[in-house]
Amino acid sequence: MSERAKGMNLTLKVWRQNGPQDKGRMVTYRVEDVSPDMSFLEMLDVLNERLILEGDDPIAFDHDCREGICGMCGMVINGVAHGEQVATTTCQLHMRHFEDNAVITIEPWRAAPFPVVKDLVVDRSSFDRIIQAGGFISVPAGSAPDAHSVPVKKVDADAAFDAATCIGCGACVAACPNGSASLFTAAKITHLSLLPQGQPERDSRAKAMVEQMDAEGFGGCTNTGECTAVCPKGIPLDTIARMNRDYLKASK
Amino acid sequence: MAVTGAVLVLFLVGHMTGNLKAFFGADSFNEYANFLRTMGEPLLPYRVALTIVEVVLGVSIVLHMWSAISLARRAGKARPVKYAARRKAQAGGYAVHTMRYGGVVILLFVIYHLLDLTFGTVNPAGWDGTPYERLVASFAPERWWVTAFYAVAVLMVGLHLRHGLWSAFQTLGLASGRSYRPLKLAAAAISAVLVLGFLTVPVAVMIGAIK
Repeated sequence: MSERAKGMNLTLKVWRQNGPQDKGRMVTYRVEDVSPDMSFLEMLDVLNERLILEGDDPIAFDHDCREGICGMCGMVINGVAHGEQVATTTCQLHMRHFEDNAVITIEPWRAAPFPVVKDLVVDRSSFDRIIQAGGFISVPAGSAPDAHSVPVKKVDADAAFDAATCIGCGACVAACPNGSASLFTAAKITHLSLLPQGQPERDSRAKAMVEQMDAEGFGGCTNTGECTAVCPKGIPLDTIARMNRDYLKASK
Repeated sequence: MAVTGAVLVLFLVGHMTGNLKAFFGADSFNEYANFLRTMGEPLLPYRVALTIVEVVLGVSIVLHMWSAISLARRAGKARPVKYAARRKAQAGGYAVHTMRYGGVVILLFVIYHLLDLTFGTVNPAGWDGTPYERLVASFAPERWWVTAFYAVAVLMVGLHLRHGLWSAFQTLGLASGRSYRPLKLAAAAISAVLVLGFLTVPVAVMIGAIK
């Protein structure tokens, strides 16, 4: 009979900030008997239950599906967006990847266009405004067209789908030394510009989305590749080349 | 950043090739230096073609720096609150982290380099020396620290291009899926050739192979 794996003891240094105006500070917590099978968020849930029992304010963090597909969760763990596990969202990161007695630093995404709402929760409305600027196609609404009415090459469909897997979590911005949102914006532009339905607005879309991205106060891309390295969906860097290509063409 | 960088890379290729004339003796080297001034004659007057090149290079350097400073300032504004944990680089590559401070080192080097070998201000052979005399005087064995500084700066140029070359293709939207591997390999190869090409001459002077 196998004995239940021994619980881990951890020291967490967590960013606490009461509201957008609060200065914020790092607070140290001790969490004991953490199961290695817990997800990172479950570990925080356990800590929060204790904080509530103690009459403390629980640590606020975003989460929703906890299946790695919604894009809500995200925190910078030991200096890496979503932690060091590759192609993994925070909710899918498990405690077995950490050492017993580890000290873990947890911070929110850091970017001016992502203001902190509370603790680890940031406001990512700037991403919504980039989408609103052009991340759509204009089609007459009605019954759904037949799936094969517009032929799409297999390679294009695959590449478009790869780009479309972006869940808009914002890890690319958090990881970028320049605080650039290029990977997010490029994924959305690539997704639509590879498909026939995206062609009529291809130029205006690239221009409008890039200009909105800049207006939001994100930094410029210097091709460091940090974004794609932390991206839970592995959005490739060539989406940014495509965005640049479409933007340059649209700006002529 | 990409366009001005491309201009400067083309210059470096020409500059390195010209430097290698030093291995063919003083006459070959001095004759080449003279050719740079008489380039385009008789269509163009003396030194006009060279002056045009100098102006283009000067403008490129200024715009390249302006782009770099703008990007750095935007980056600073985009992240007003820094991370408490040291941000761990997840992407491979050392070169990319040297771009900003490396650029400053290269700029300081270029200023010294011009004062040394172009204007002769800080060169033992001075303004009156032939280009070859200035070269030999600058990298003389007893002035090993000049060669050392030169080597550090050239290595910085190499690292700068290691990232900069493929990065320019990316910025201009010329890179795509399958081209990254060849682009990065080419960037590494060209950087290595330039570093070696630029280092052979001063090292040859320092060890006495060129005198």
